[in-house]
Amino acid sequence: MATSATVHSHAAPQGFIRKYIFSLDHKVIGLQYYFLALVAVFVGMFLSVLMRFHMIWPTAVLPIIGEIKPETYLSLLTMHGTIMVFFVLTTAPQGGFGNYFLPIQIGAPDMAFPVLNMLSFWTTFVAFVVILAAFFVTGGAPLHGWTGYAPLSALTNSGPGEQLGADLWITSIAIFCIASLMGALNFITTTLDLRAKGMTMMRMPLTVWAWFVTAILGLLAFGVLLSAGILLLLDRNLGTSFYIPLVVVNGQVMGHKGGSPLLWQHLFWFFGHPEVYIAILPGMGVASQLLSTFSRKPIFGYKAMVYAIMAIGFLGFMVWGHHMFMSGMSPYTAFAFSLMTMAIGVPSAIKTFNWLGTIHGGRVRFQTPMLFAIGFVSLFVSGGLSGPFLAQPVLDIPLHDTAFVVGHFHLIMGVAAIFGMFAGTYYWFPKMFGRMMNETWGRVHFVITLIGTYCIFMPMHYLGMAGQPRRYSQFTELTYLHHLIPLNEFMTYAAFITVAAQFIFVANLFWSMFKGPKASDNPWEATTLEWTTATPPPHDNFGGHTPVVNHGPYEYSVPGAPRDYVMQTDPPTVASH
Amino acid sequence: MGLALLGIIWLITLVSTYFFAAKTWWLPHGASLATAGIDHQFAVTYLLMGIVFVAAQGALGLFVWQYRDRGTASKVTYTHGNTTMEAVWTALTAILFIGLNLMGSPIWAAERFAPAQAGSVPVEVTGMQFAWYFRYPGADGKYGRTDPKLMDPSAGNEAAIGLDTSDPASKDDVVTGTMYVPVNREIDLTERAVDVIHSFFVPQMRFKQDAVPGLIIHMHFTPTEIGEYEIACAELCGLGHYKMHGMLHVVSQEDFDKWLATREAEK
Repeated sequence: MATSATVHSHAAPQGFIRKYIFSLDHKVIGLQYYFLALVAVFVGMFLSVLMRFHMIWPTAVLPIIGEIKPETYLSLLTMHGTIMVFFVLTTAPQGGFGNYFLPIQIGAPDMAFPVLNMLSFWTTFVAFVVILAAFFVTGGAPLHGWTGYAPLSALTNSGPGEQLGADLWITSIAIFCIASLMGALNFITTTLDLRAKGMTMMRMPLTVWAWFVTAILGLLAFGVLLSAGILLLLDRNLGTSFYIPLVVVNGQVMGHKGGSPLLWQHLFWFFGHPEVYIAILPGMGVASQLLSTFSRKPIFGYKAMVYAIMAIGFLGFMVWGHHMFMSGMSPYTAFAFSLMTMAIGVPSAIKTFNWLGTIHGGRVRFQTPMLFAIGFVSLFVSGGLSGPFLAQPVLDIPLHDTAFVVGHFHLIMGVAAIFGMFAGTYYWFPKMFGRMMNETWGRVHFVITLIGTYCIFMPMHYLGMAGQPRRYSQFTELTYLHHLIPLNEFMTYAAFITVAAQFIFVANLFWSMFKGPKASDNPWEATTLEWTTATPPPHDNFGGHTPVVNHGPYEYSVPGAPRDYVMQTDPPTVASH
Repeated sequence: MGLALLGIIWLITLVSTYFFAAKTWWLPHGASLATAGIDHQFAVTYLLMGIVFVAAQGALGLFVWQYRDRGTASKVTYTHGNTTMEAVWTALTAILFIGLNLMGSPIWAAERFAPAQAGSVPVEVTGMQFAWYFRYPGADGKYGRTDPKLMDPSAGNEAAIGLDTSDPASKDDVVTGTMYVPVNREIDLTERAVDVIHSFFVPQMRFKQDAVPGLIIHMHFTPTEIGEYEIACAELCGLGHYKMHGMLHVVSQEDFDKWLATREAEK
């Protein structure tokens, strides 16, 4: 392990542009990622509001936007999914919080490769601009869904939006992949090489473990998606046939031959399933950190938690076929994919047990970050338990591609992950901005969001059981769906209320940034290294010295200790684990 | 706040579970041979996951309230975990999940591993933007040749799937936009798609299978009740995806023979 002092090379920048725009400081880059994701989440959320509106009032005419046509609905859905998965769920937990706090939590002055870090943010930014551009080109945004199944996505005449819009979509994803690869390399190197003296791997906070394993997943998964995306661009523009067999579109024989639509699915899901864990692992890390801190009790089963993160990362690469039980691939493979998928439920369950074990026997403080961490556990349980349904190929016969799937992944990788981000925001806000967020409004935001998201996504399971296919812009055509319309209406109203509540969060965020009460260096009485330094941390994180770590990350209520927490840098004699 | 949290978490759990248990919205009535097996597996999974759901949410709500900060009255148990407990719940979860998986496997195998039995009724399904076409091979039992160059979706039926009338085997092929099958006979389904991926989904038959361009996929199912069942497309296929539906008529053998003969005569 290199000492961090030898690696730190760049001095504090002076000009505005080098300080805030093209900054090399991981903290500034972390905030840039965070605010990019904040813009993206509002774009994605706005699209979902339009979708829910259209599902209930398919012919209504909206001011400015006009009537949402079925094809527009599909574009909204495609862009909602893509923006949320890439620019929110991948960007904020890893690029945002990971960038800001991974170096500090391991006692490093910065990331291992600051220039690469800056490049990876600005590449992500370019990817975001490119995907937004798809809305404004002729034909509009693509309609092939965030999964972009070929040949729908590979043919330029398969529907509106499948011309330039689809090219921009896949180009944006390819650029995003490059950015994520740069980020992943940086995270891995930093974790392995820049830990402070005494910060052994088994003393790393679980947040660091989560970011570290997420980076490894990113390194292995985004390369595959990048390649798949390039092949798709070739099919679309240069007449190759990687994904396109001989097809006839609207009576016109296309000039392709011999390609495999299933190849795209294999490549996409080889990325796509690890991506689910890329989105949720950092949230698991934050939940672990917060449950321990606010229960004033060591995390239950630290080692089990670490092994569970590793097992999830490892198994995450062996389960992609469970998205393809109905795809026409060999039914024999279903056994293997199903078994591995059920197996990945085991480490997820271990984590849940350990979270409950952490709260049990603790002294729980209900500050807003903790509320969201508790909400995370509840949502993780709810979203997780529909997994064993979908992991069984035989139950995929009625459930695959229905609203049941949409409910499942929204609860677990959407809402639970976002609760992880909210928890992280309320928790680290004082460190990042030197002020406290408003507790009352934080609680209001929490209660509405928790109940609201359950009201939106729990009913999706009922709809899916009743056979409502996903990606239907309206439910008027199939008579067996008619009785489900009132439930859909309820969900739309719940969505409106929940979305409105998010403005409480944004108002609280920006108001507190300037007007919130001043925060002390360690307002939550937490133990990890970011709470040992100044608020906000200086350019080199620890003001010229390198911390020395003497304790594990979650030493709360240690018998005999002078206060109910032992910081990682406290002298070894205070108490040891 | 502890009590409020307990209330909210328990309320969410109660309401969610009520609608599952009351079967307010449930799997549609099943009318095929596969229904019993699939529905049973669903019910068992639902029951087990339901128990875990209620137990986990219940414990979460209870713990946050029970172990709320009560100042000096609260005494924290200082522990880093318990290896025996970790081993027990790991083993229990593994048995539960893997066991469920093994339980469902024979049903899947019965559905997918063996081809349709001899004497089943052959029907070919072709998906295209945004319609389903059904072909019956006629008395010769053979599907005639189709040619992509002859496909004309605007003309419908035979022309839509590009049936090559110069092939003798195609003479007695019947192509329709509505699916008719006899009750209690196994249907030997051949699935094709001409443009993009579609998915042949009949909820009441407990049947779903993607139709993929470039692949010919053989599947089978056995309807057990006379009636009319809606066919949906379950794979996003373009702007008309939501209205790409068809109708499956399950009729008596006698009515089926009559219907097929009429269609043959109309050709």
